[in-house]
This record gives sequence, C-alpha cells and structure tokens, in this order.
Amino acid sequence: MTAVPESARRRDLRRALVDNPAVVLTLVFVGLFVVTDIVNRAQSGQAFLTPKQVSTTFLYAAVLGLLSAGQTLVMLTGGVDLSVATTATASAFFVSRYGTEGSAKAIVIALGVGLAIGVVNGIGVGIFRVNALIMTLGISVITLGILTVEAQKQFTSLVPNDVVTLGSGRFLTYVPYDLLVWAPVSALIILGLRYSGLGRVIYAVGDNPVAARLAGVRVWQVLLVVYGLSGLLSAAAGILLVGFNNAADLGIASPFLLPSVAAVVIGGTSIFGGLGGYAGTILGALILTVLDSLLTILNASQAVRQILYGLIILALAAIYARATAQSD
Amino acid sequence: MRPLPHLFMTEAVALLEARDLSKSYGPVQALLSADLVVAPGEVHALLGANGAGKSTLVKLLTGVIQGDEGTISVRGRELRVGSPARAARFGLAPVFQDPALVPDLTVAQNLRLTGADARAVAQRLAEMELDVDFTELTGDLPLPLLRMIDLARALAREPELLLLDEITAALPSDLAERVFAVMHERRERGRSVLFITHRLKEVIATCDRATILRDGTAVATIVPQEGGEERIVEYMLGPEAARAVGEAIERDAQVMGPRDADAPAALEVESVSIGHVQGVSFTLRPGEILGVAALEGQGQDELFDVLSGERTPDSGEIRVGGRAFKARHPYDAIRAGLVLVPADRLRALLPQRSVRENIASPRYNRFSRWGVINMREEGRRVRNAVESLQIDVRAGRQVRRLSGGNQQKVTIARWLASGFATLLCFDPTRGIDVGTKRQIYVLLRRLADDGGAILFFSSELAEFPLVCDRVLTVFGGRVTAELVGEAADEATLLRAMHGLVEDEAVA
Amino acid sequence: MSSAPATVAPLRRAPELRRLVRRHGWTIGVYLLLFALILYWRSQTTLPWGPFDVQSLAIDALPLAFAACGQAIVVISGGIDLSIGSMMSLVNVVSARLMVDAGFEHALLISVLLVLAAALVGALTGLTIVVTKVADIIVTLAMLFVLGGAALWVLTIPGGGVPAHYASLITVDTVGTKWLPAAVLVLLGAVVLLWATVRRLRPGLALYAVGSKRSAAYLAGVNVPAARIAAYAYSGAFAALGGLALSAASGLGDPHSGDIYTLNSVAAVVLGGVSLLGGVGGLIGPIAAAFVLTLVKTILIIKGVDQNWAQVIQGTLIVLVVMIGGLAIRQKGKSGG
Repeated sequence: MTAVPESARRRDLRRALVDNPAVVLTLVFVGLFVVTDIVNRAQSGQAFLTPKQVSTTFLYAAVLGLLSAGQTLVMLTGGVDLSVATTATASAFFVSRYGTEGSAKAIVIALGVGLAIGVVNGIGVGIFRVNALIMTLGISVITLGILTVEAQKQFTSLVPNDVVTLGSGRFLTYVPYDLLVWAPVSALIILGLRYSGLGRVIYAVGDNPVAARLAGVRVWQVLLVVYGLSGLLSAAAGILLVGFNNAADLGIASPFLLPSVAAVVIGGTSIFGGLGGYAGTILGALILTVLDSLLTILNASQAVRQILYGLIILALAAIYARATAQSD
Repeated sequence: MRPLPHLFMTEAVALLEARDLSKSYGPVQALLSADLVVAPGEVHALLGANGAGKSTLVKLLTGVIQGDEGTISVRGRELRVGSPARAARFGLAPVFQDPALVPDLTVAQNLRLTGADARAVAQRLAEMELDVDFTELTGDLPLPLLRMIDLARALAREPELLLLDEITAALPSDLAERVFAVMHERRERGRSVLFITHRLKEVIATCDRATILRDGTAVATIVPQEGGEERIVEYMLGPEAARAVGEAIERDAQVMGPRDADAPAALEVESVSIGHVQGVSFTLRPGEILGVAALEGQGQDELFDVLSGERTPDSGEIRVGGRAFKARHPYDAIRAGLVLVPADRLRALLPQRSVRENIASPRYNRFSRWGVINMREEGRRVRNAVESLQIDVRAGRQVRRLSGGNQQKVTIARWLASGFATLLCFDPTRGIDVGTKRQIYVLLRRLADDGGAILFFSSELAEFPLVCDRVLTVFGGRVTAELVGEAADEATLLRAMHGLVEDEAVA
Repeated sequence: MSSAPATVAPLRRAPELRRLVRRHGWTIGVYLLLFALILYWRSQTTLPWGPFDVQSLAIDALPLAFAACGQAIVVISGGIDLSIGSMMSLVNVVSARLMVDAGFEHALLISVLLVLAAALVGALTGLTIVVTKVADIIVTLAMLFVLGGAALWVLTIPGGGVPAHYASLITVDTVGTKWLPAAVLVLLGAVVLLWATVRRLRPGLALYAVGSKRSAAYLAGVNVPAARIAAYAYSGAFAALGGLALSAASGLGDPHSGDIYTLNSVAAVVLGGVSLLGGVGGLIGPIAAAFVLTLVKTILIIKGVDQNWAQVIQGTLIVLVVMIGGLAIRQKGKSGG
C-alpha cells in the first residue's frame, strides 16, 4: 500500500488473476461473503455468514453452475451459447408438462429436448459455420416461440415431487440435494477436460481451429458434441430450477442468461477459446450468487443488475485481454 | 568554434538515413542496430537471407510498425514515423509485394481513398503501356497488375524515395522489365529507389549500391558489380552458416548413396493438376528426400495442399503405398500417412497450450480416442519426440512463449509422436536460426534413413544440396528439371526454376 | 526477355449491364422477391387492398429497416453490433418519457438530440473495441446488456407517450401520391442525409476499406481506428432512429420493444447482400430485406397462422438465411484459398 506505484500494483493483480485464478477468485468469494454479512447486519441486524446461508448459496448456485458448465465448454471452443436460458426454460416447461406421467419420463423428455436444441445449434455452428452468437440467439427465439404456442394448449401442469426435492431439498440439515447432480457433473467436466481426448480437442479447436484441422481433427464433430452437451447441461439446470420454483413459466430461466456468460468470464476462460476451465467457472457462479444476494439485500432492481453484469463482463474481458497480451 | 554544418554537410546529407534501428518480437530479435543510408539519386538494394530483417526494416521505414530504438531521418530531418500516412508526407512511397489495394473497392475508389490523383496515376500506367479499367473491382484484377497499379499510385505522388519491397517476385518478366525502366527513370531524375529483392542478377544489373543484412544487422554496404553474386552471398550467409553448410555437405557425402530403386513407392503423383499445377508427376520412395524447388507462386502451395488433404485435385491420380489416395480432409491424408509441416508455424500450433498437448494433438483426431487418455503412453511418446528433436521445454507451458526454432520443432515432433509414412515439409526452416536449421537437416536425414519418405520444399536454394537426394524444379505449374541432390547448386536451380533448362530426364 | 509475351493483356471491358448484374445481382434479386411477395400478399387479402395496406407495411417495417441500416454499416466495416436491439429499446423508452407532455417542436428537438446522443454512445462502444482489443462481438454483447438494463431502469413497464402529431410523421397521407408512405420518405430522407452523401467520399470508402482488408487499408494510410469507431457511431444513430420509429408507431415506451431487432437486423443484413466478412454491400439491399422479413410475417398472419407460429416461422427463416450466408462464406473461403 505504501511504496508500490499504483500501476504496478494493478499489473500484479492482473498477473495474479491470470496465473492463479482459483486463488484470487476464492478470496473474492470469501470477501464478498463477508461484505454481504456486514451489509446485512447493518440493514436487518442479522448475520449472513451462517452455515444455513452458505448452504443456501450452494443450493442457488447449482442452477447457474450447470448453465455455465455448458457455456464454459462452448466458450472454450471460441463460441458462445445464448440459448442456454431458453433451453433451461424448455426443459422446465416439459418437466411440468409431463409431470403427471412420472418424474422419470418427465426428466428424460426434458433432457431429450435440451439435447435436441443443442444438436441443432451444433449443426448450425459446426457444419454451416454460422456465427455462434447469431445461431444460438436465433434458436433461442424459435424455441421460445414454440414454447409459447405449446403453453397455450390444455394440459395439467405438475412438477413431480422427486424433482421438487432435488431442486430445493436438503439432507443432513445443510447439504442441498442438487449438489448430488452438480458435484459429480463438475468432477466429470474438470477431469474430462484434462484427461480425456475430447477435452484435448475442445481446447485445440478453441485455441486454433486451423491447427486442429491440420492435426486431422474434424472440427464440426467437436462442435456438434460440445453444443449437444451444452444443451444437455442447460436442460439439467432447467430441471433443478423448476424443482426449486415448483412451477414453470416461460420467463423462469431468462434472468440466468447474462450470469451464465459472466460466470465463465469471471472464471478466467478466454472469450477467444482455448484457455481456461470449469473450476474457475464454479467460483464465478458462486461469486455471482453471493453478489445477487447482496443486490437483493440492497434492494437493487433488475435493471441495475443487468447493467452491472454487462459491465462486469466488459471489464473482465478487457483485464484478461490486457493480462494475456502483457505476459508475452 | 561555431560549426557551420550547413556549408559542408550539404553534400553529405543523405536522402534517407536510418541509424541503430532495433526491433524485437517477443524473444525474437528481428533487427539489431541496423543502419541504412540512401543517397539522393541512387538505386539502392536491400539484401539478406530470409529472416535477416529486410521486411522488418521496410516496415519500420514506412511506419507500418514502431521500432524499439534508433532514428530515421529524411534529408536530415528526423522522421518520427507513426503511420504509413505520415511516412508518405515525408516523401517515402512504398510498394509492397502484397499491394495496399482494398479488394472490394474499384481501382478509382482505391485511388480516392488515398487521395491519389487519378489522372496522374492513369498517365503513369499509360507510360508503362498498361491498360487498366478504373471501374473494375481490384479484387477481380490479377496480382501482377495490382502491383503495377500500386506502383503507378506511388509514382503519381512524385516521391523522394520509392521503396519496392520484393515486387518483382513472381512478376512476369515483361512487367519486371517495366519496373526496371521505372527505377532507371527515377535515377535519371535525381530521385532514389530502395529495391528489396531475392534476385541477385537484378541487383547487379540495376543497383548502384547494396546494403546487406544478416541476423538483423547491416553487415556491409557494397557496390554490387564488384565481386558479383558470390561476394553478396558470402555476406548474406556469414562465416558461421558457411561453416555449417560445409559440414553438412561433408556428412551428407558419407550417408548418401544409391537408394533401393525396387522398393515400392511411398507416394506416386501422376499428372496431377490443380490451380497453377499442370500435370505434375513424380515418385517418392521410402528413405528418400525429394526436393521441390520453385519461385513463388509456381504451384507448390497447391501441390502441398492436395497432398495434405486440404484440397482435391482437378485431375490426375495420387497413389500412396500403391493404393489410390483421395482425401477430403487433412484427417484422410494423415490416416494415409501423409503429414504436413507447414511454413507458417501459426497454422500448426496451439499457441496457448503446452508442448505436450501440442505434440499429442494428432492422437485425438478420431472419435474413438475421445475417451480417457492413456497418460503414460502419451507421456512416453511425447518425451521421445522431445528428446530426439532436442526441444527446449523450459517455457513449455504455453507454446507461444517458445522461440521460433523450438516452435518449428514442435510442429515436426507431433508427427514423430503419432507416426507417419511421408513427411511433407513446406519451407520448414523459414525464419529460424542457423543452429536449429542444421538440427532440422540432420533430423530429416535420420528420418529418411529410418525408412520415412520426405517431400521437401524450401525458399532457400542452398538447402537443396544439403538435404535432398533428388530435386525437382517447378516452373509455371510444370516440372522443368530433375536433378541429383549434389548437383542442385544455386545457379543450376535458379536457371531451372526460371524454366531456362528443359531437362529430357523429367520423370 | 523482349520476346516474352505480354502477360497482362489489355482487359476486355465487361459490358456495363452484365457487370451491373454481377455486382448488384443479389440486391436486384431481393427487390424482385419483395415485389413478388407484395403481389402474392395482394392476391391473398380478401379485403380491398390499397395505399393503406402499403402504408401499414411501411410503418411495421420502419424500425427494422433502420436497425438493418445501422447493422449493415457496422458489418461492412468488418464488425458486428449486437447492442442495436437494446439501443432501440433505450431510445424508445427515453423518448416516451421525455415526450409524454412535450409539444411537437419540442419532440422533434428531443429526437435530434437522442440521435446525436446514441451516435455518441455508439462511438464509445467502438472506442472500447479499438482500445481494449476485445472482440466486437463481446463488447457489443456486454453493451446489449448494459443498454437493456438502462432501458429497464428508465421504464420498468411499458408507459410514457408521444405527442399526437409525432406519430403522424410516419402515418400522415403524404405529399402527392398516396402510394408513397410517409414512413418510406422518412427512411429515405435519413439514409440520404446520413449515408448516401458520405458513402462515395473518403470517409465512406474508408469504412469499406477497413472491412474489406484491414491490413491493406492501413498500408494505404486509412485511419483504421477512426473508421471502426465511426461505423459504431452510425449504428447508434440508426438504432436511435429505429427506437424513435417504435415510439411513433406505438405511441408508447416499452423496455423490451427493441429486443428482437438485434437478431432480425443481422438477418436483414445477410439477406440484403452484405457479407458478414465485411467490405461488401450497401444499405439499399438490407432495407428491402427488412421489408421482406416484415411482409413474410404479415402474410403468415393473413393466412390464418397463429401469431406465435408466425414468429417461429419467421425465426426459422431468419436462421436459414443466416445459415445459407454461412455456407456462402464457406464456399468463398474454399475457392479463394
């Protein structure tokens, strides 16, 4: 704080962020938790730093964590998936639409819908080389239109009990059931990116598609699988979300779109692909969940949140771009 | 005490004076306190081997990039070049190999874009006996013509110094003659030209003086007519390289012998045509290094594209190990054992990934390998490749932090680790240092001795006799000569590459 | 050497007409498509069809036409602007808030100021792209969120209003013929004033140059950053006009009114013959494409298709258009290799 010039300190921080994102992000997460605690004590006289709130934070974060898992895979290939929120909405809708026919069937249908949406995105981006943003945005618009038509039909809407428990229940007092989905998925993605051939080609395609092609990788196959996985993971997030809310409406997942991109960017995955991983994204999702609690305590409107998330994405993208350029 | 610089300096004031120019790209020192002085009214050549720093120097002079150190002055006035537009105001007009014309605009619009006087440009073109429709999109015009338009545009500005950056490369000889005429005319009118080229004969025929760069430094400024090509080449190569060349030749003489001509061919190319390539045929046997020598743009790019699975030929037949070869994706070529080391390393590297991931990348190009990685097997193969290529992996966490030579080794190492039958090397030593070059020559020979077949293109002619068993020269898309490796000296190659030798022994 | 044949033979000049078709064939095709759709539309309406229908089409299409103009300029310069939709929403709600009690002249003044302010915001977006070197798509995506949030902040739910006369700017039965709707005149006026005057001059050519081949433009002395920033300023201005068109057409401010225009403007640009690779195209094609896309939906609804299905079908068409555009780029990449 004393002799170090301001600019040098900022640069050190940037380097630290790039070299050890996990450490820095964990500190940010803990710090944000403490700040929220202080603010909450000041506002309502109640502590926020309690086992119960920590547990709730993880419960909330699972939905965002799964949505941004697909987003991470897509962004590692140098794309972006703007259909994750709509896919989750579709999945939530189909769970409640077929809830009367048993939870297993409802879940399988929901996951199938998610996979289908992802595969269509993959075909557009991988085979027709449509810009990922435009393709996924277009598919999102189409999906929402179809859902609107479907929602007008007559049917009994029911969220199965199992799904409600999965999305909102806890066991051993503090452990949310949704961690039973999120934790194994996280482990699979983190290990898969590092120790599977698919992980290697995902990084290769994102880092340099030309080089990947010259190494014999058929880029379209990778993109098809990645967008398919993103659809599947988004559908899983939708299932947890509808279980949490115990009802589906067509706006159920839309507030998660921005944070899903923000969580990945915060987690240090390069927007241009080829660098990063899911561990950072998990921390990003946790940070955003606490930030959301803080904003709720502060009574911030949806408008303020949206502006804030936009600025976070912009600022972090710029910081990471700078830091990577400097470390040459 | 008071000096009168004006009085006695006038005669010595150079038109262009660049002192101590340095520029580095990351770990690569492209220029190291290079000097260049161009006098008024002279045609000055800038020479150097590939990677000696010619293009960096030209980019500095024309404001395309910023230098790290050094000064540039024009008629004694220091020029702080910030942009091409600023260099133009100082009377410097460059014409690049890749013309500064925007393809989606018409010729007239391109001229308006730069504020050039269309009538003056038209007049210059007329003087060069060229007929150009200014309403054509420049993207629809042939490259040689675009260079001439760019030249006319530069001339219309009446520049003090005209910089011609390899514009005669792949320029048809009649157009090249017109460029020489322009250079002559500039000198007559007391203006200067800085001429960058690879063709030493052109330099001797047209230039008053020549500055020679080696490893980023100006090693000499000479009158090119004194001592001829040999002396220039000596300066360009330097003592170290000359020694390396000598040793390599010695070693080659021991290893090279008659190959087993009865062994089945690794690669048979039969009257293949694509783009510039018109009916090229040759056979490559296991254990053999076959060179392909050609001037720029004679079809070698397309030939390598076809063999590496990037493009499909318009006609002709290719057989690999006796079987018909048809590739629609590099994957098909790799499966057939044909693997490519491209000239541009950036096309083959994953810059942000580790050495290990780069070298192992071809292993996972198949759906069936997308499961769990056998880390031990991968580690073993990568280690073997790293060791046999002597790659320095200290900065190996991200390949972009390696030096150019190490990066090039990585692009070769990935094929050592994954196995291949025929290695397609397209200019594998471009822009890397002499020591690494030598390692690569030795490696290629060893790979061939182990039964690999190697097709080798290089833009450095001196490499052919060092590396190759046989050399084909290609001109205008056709094979013009086939030479035995040792006989492929620079002079013979150059003649054949210009189509001046019609060899009856064409395979 | 002197016996070498002339390698650059005098070019045979292509006949003017054929070259016109080659360069502008796509645009001509879009206009033919629009004409055919209008004929079909006319044949499908059971009620008498007349100037009123043309006018309502023009009013419907006007916001998209403006959005397409802004998007086209950015795409021509080699970028892409995803914030157009939010910018339209923001200008829509701000104008509805400011104009709710204003007189007509006052409303006009507000409009001009909003267009200038939006151009400034666009320029800031461009500046951010140039300075931070973050990809166009990410910066404008972030701006999509920021501006959308700002719109929600100004008006959380639909509200506000515009003076009665303001709406008549685009609805009034205009000068001379009844068949030339006021909305089209406004559109043409804006395009001529803002774009047509500049396009053939050096600044306009610079926009094409940086989109066509940035390195060559730089070598030719073009101020590349300035050109890219200018493109985004244009985009901001045209998006503002689109937002004002929404205000005039609906008489309301709605923070989500512009949402669909980000995607639709990209589709209109692709359908209008502007290459996503940059450097090629103009505003004439995208404007026609905006009318085509609007008309497709109108026709679907006339044919009795449910409003939501019409949205789905239009969305599918848009995605198909962009897919075909992608395929075209791929083909070009292959042959140009």
